[in-house]
Amino acid sequence: MISFNLFVLPFSLGLIYLLYMIARWWYKWISALNPNDKTRFRNGLFSPRFFSAVKEVFLESLIHRKMFKRNALMGYMHMSFALGWFLLIILGNIESRIYSTTHINPPYYPIFLKFFIHDKTVLWFEIYTVPGFFRFIMDLLLLFILSGLALAIVKRSKSRWFGMTRTTHYQLTDKVALTCLWLIFPVRLFAESFTDGYYGGGGGFVTQHLGNLLVLIFQEASQHIAYMLWWTYSLVLGIFFVTLPFSRYWHIPTEILLIFFRHFGIKPQAGHSSFSDVEIGACSRCGVCIDVCQLGVAAHVHDIQAVYFIRSVRDEQVNRDITLRCLVCGRCQQSCPVGIQTDSLRLIERNIFSGSLQSDFGYLPPKTPRQASIVYFAGCMTHLTPGILRAIKGIFLQAGVNYLFLDEQGSVCCGRPMLLSGKHDQAMKLMEANRQLILATQAETLVTSCPICYRMFIEMYDLPMQVVHHSQYILELIKTGKIPLQTHYKKVAYHDPCDLGRGSHVYHAPRELLAKVSDLVHVKNEYEDALCCGGSLGLYTLNPKKRNMVTKNALDILMANQPEIIATACPLCKKTFAKLSDVEVLDIAEMVYPAIPDKTQVTA
Amino acid sequence: MMKRGIVIGGGIAGVTAASALAKLGIEVALLEKEPEVGGHLRNWDRLFPSRRKSTEVLQFLTKQINSTISIHTNQKVVSIQEKHGHFVVETEKGLIVEGDSILLATGFELFDASKKEEYGYGIYENVITSVELERMFQDGKGILTQQGTIPKRIGFIHCVGSRDEKVGHLYCSKVCCVTGVKQAIEIKETIPEAEVFGFYMDLRMFDRYFEEMYFEAQQQWGINFIRGRLSECSENPDHSILVKVEDTLTSRPLRMTVDLLVLLVGFIPSAETNQLASMLEIPIGEDGFLEPVDEHTLTNSAQHPGVFLAGALKGPVCISETFADARATAVQMAAYLNPY
Repeated sequence: MISFNLFVLPFSLGLIYLLYMIARWWYKWISALNPNDKTRFRNGLFSPRFFSAVKEVFLESLIHRKMFKRNALMGYMHMSFALGWFLLIILGNIESRIYSTTHINPPYYPIFLKFFIHDKTVLWFEIYTVPGFFRFIMDLLLLFILSGLALAIVKRSKSRWFGMTRTTHYQLTDKVALTCLWLIFPVRLFAESFTDGYYGGGGGFVTQHLGNLLVLIFQEASQHIAYMLWWTYSLVLGIFFVTLPFSRYWHIPTEILLIFFRHFGIKPQAGHSSFSDVEIGACSRCGVCIDVCQLGVAAHVHDIQAVYFIRSVRDEQVNRDITLRCLVCGRCQQSCPVGIQTDSLRLIERNIFSGSLQSDFGYLPPKTPRQASIVYFAGCMTHLTPGILRAIKGIFLQAGVNYLFLDEQGSVCCGRPMLLSGKHDQAMKLMEANRQLILATQAETLVTSCPICYRMFIEMYDLPMQVVHHSQYILELIKTGKIPLQTHYKKVAYHDPCDLGRGSHVYHAPRELLAKVSDLVHVKNEYEDALCCGGSLGLYTLNPKKRNMVTKNALDILMANQPEIIATACPLCKKTFAKLSDVEVLDIAEMVYPAIPDKTQVTA
Repeated sequence: MMKRGIVIGGGIAGVTAASALAKLGIEVALLEKEPEVGGHLRNWDRLFPSRRKSTEVLQFLTKQINSTISIHTNQKVVSIQEKHGHFVVETEKGLIVEGDSILLATGFELFDASKKEEYGYGIYENVITSVELERMFQDGKGILTQQGTIPKRIGFIHCVGSRDEKVGHLYCSKVCCVTGVKQAIEIKETIPEAEVFGFYMDLRMFDRYFEEMYFEAQQQWGINFIRGRLSECSENPDHSILVKVEDTLTSRPLRMTVDLLVLLVGFIPSAETNQLASMLEIPIGEDGFLEPVDEHTLTNSAQHPGVFLAGALKGPVCISETFADARATAVQMAAYLNPY
């Protein structure tokens, strides 16, 4: 006999609708992949990457590992809901199969199991192993979820305990879905308790005791109350499922697909693609990106953070202003629990909003550089900081490096400013021109002083040579004994440039180098969590006053332990800080050069 | 009881205000951090637009000082206490001066050109500031490069540290344009065969006889003015300087080698001005200079009863304006001390 009651309908219809929506969108996204990505997706399904993706889904979507790293309370809250509910479904299913007398096990059956079966049966294996195993474990899981719910309620007023100072505003569908989500588990608790109490058995250590107490109070009415609660339980579940695709909780199914996309090697493009659509859908609107955005924290610009930007794209409300007002520092990307590549999303919109630029760069003089095994590319920013250039030339001379200074008389730009301003196609042309110049040198090693150029060479140029930032190269010169050092230790705070740190993951070479010539002090925001200096090439529409506020804020944090010098590894950061700093701001090369004893005289 | 005024700062504004106060029958104490009064005027050889010697103005200034003014040099103010409209000023050396009103005349400093690193000041030997050029004129040993040669081509860069959002100074320093024109002519007077170029955004010849001098520079002295801001410069092996500029009138990038590059540095508020403003809780404007009570009608009074402001601490001014402003401030202060 199939157990059925009318109240299962809201749940069942809601679930069918949700599954239909997920299937429809997943199908849409997967089928819209370009042919190459489609092949990647197909190959991925039958490769070990499939399992690595499943593993990540488990770690991120259920356990919320990244959230835990950020804040334990926040991680626990998310885990209790996700993992707790997941286990409740899995174990509920098993439980319902064991207890059930029928082979037909419709999806609603495990959900409303206690309504259909309320006997005192203890299964044979439960007697010999753990008495009331399922009753115990199901109650425990329910408690686990309810503890997360309690935290969620606390978080509404004490978000600081969860490591957040600001959060997003909810839209109507979010409010409906949230209300339903919060109601689901308390309603289930009471529905089960009333039922267990009324029928005098079948409950676990929570539901049975609570049920007995409730029946003592409500007497005969308990049966009706229980029935009403089962209806309510089904209704809130049904409404939650129906509103889910239109609320922030849509990120749950979307994030899963995103994880698979990433593991299968599908990458963002210059324009909108399935990948970017899935990323936009995968934003949980948690608002973690709000607190890390320096434009908000330091410059009081509160409407452009990644979560708002993504919302504007999703709602097709995106405008030029929100697209352009971003330092592209990568801090939101770094902190995003879903791992959304917010910078590339921003650039996609910039590519759409930027006007066309019709230059083929024909004015660039044709150049045929000489061949050299070591090529130095200063970059335009280094040309604007001749102090760095002087130090580099000095270091190379002392170390006896035989190198070609490729852009000594000026050269082609690395392309990043143009890329960041949304002129993707033009940037590609520029990059190709520069790439040809570099290739013509047949270099084995390309050294640059500018992290912006460095990042571009690594990410975009596909160069058949070793590309190093000067911090790495100088460190190598020291390690191989090419330059001796004699140091006068001064307290130094090191600033990680965005493009060298978060952008290119070079964190240790600069520090190792500085440790040889100075006394490094601790900085609150360092490594991945380093701040932007405010000089970003990615932002042209912010007035200089606000830009200075970003710089001042970053400087205050660097100065917290009273360093005598601020050291950085980027000419742009140097210039930006020097403008407002009370202490000297130096590039790493300028720290090393004076530390070389008995220098050979530089001859003109 | 005779009312007593305190003047902080002994440049043109401070000395002029002090002597005007003395003439109005007020006992004055003047505190100057340097060994001598005169301020920046001492670092200048000749003055625009007539190119008269700065010493003439300095002499006028010192002659005004009479016995009712007690001058304390080498005295840097470290604290100001106020009780019921009575001020007690203490200096680094422990000197205590009391008075019933304070006049601030702590002036300006020059923009640190090394903050504009792409111009190479402090890195390339032959990049100098307008102040250093003035010192060369004062020394009278001729205009020479660091290598001891006579420069054949000299470049002047206008607006260094002024009207430049990148260094955080959007304001115009007013006097550098005309200083640049004056110094360019003086170079031609010293080295007639030299080629002189001025790189500018626009030249603001706002006062009497300035435009005439600019005309003279072009017509009589053949000085070239190129509209374009310096983007960067580098040093050639012979220590000459390669400048990269866009000539915005012909819309073409321009590279030029000069033997000497002069940076016309602008005004910034002096460190002392900022310190005194915070001691007396006087508001500082967005540009860093002090805000008077009213921008039009009460420019001599500070937003603090009994405190008055004179000279360049309220923003860039030239010498003639400073004299007028200092006298006006003295009258305001005298009226405060001895109301009719």
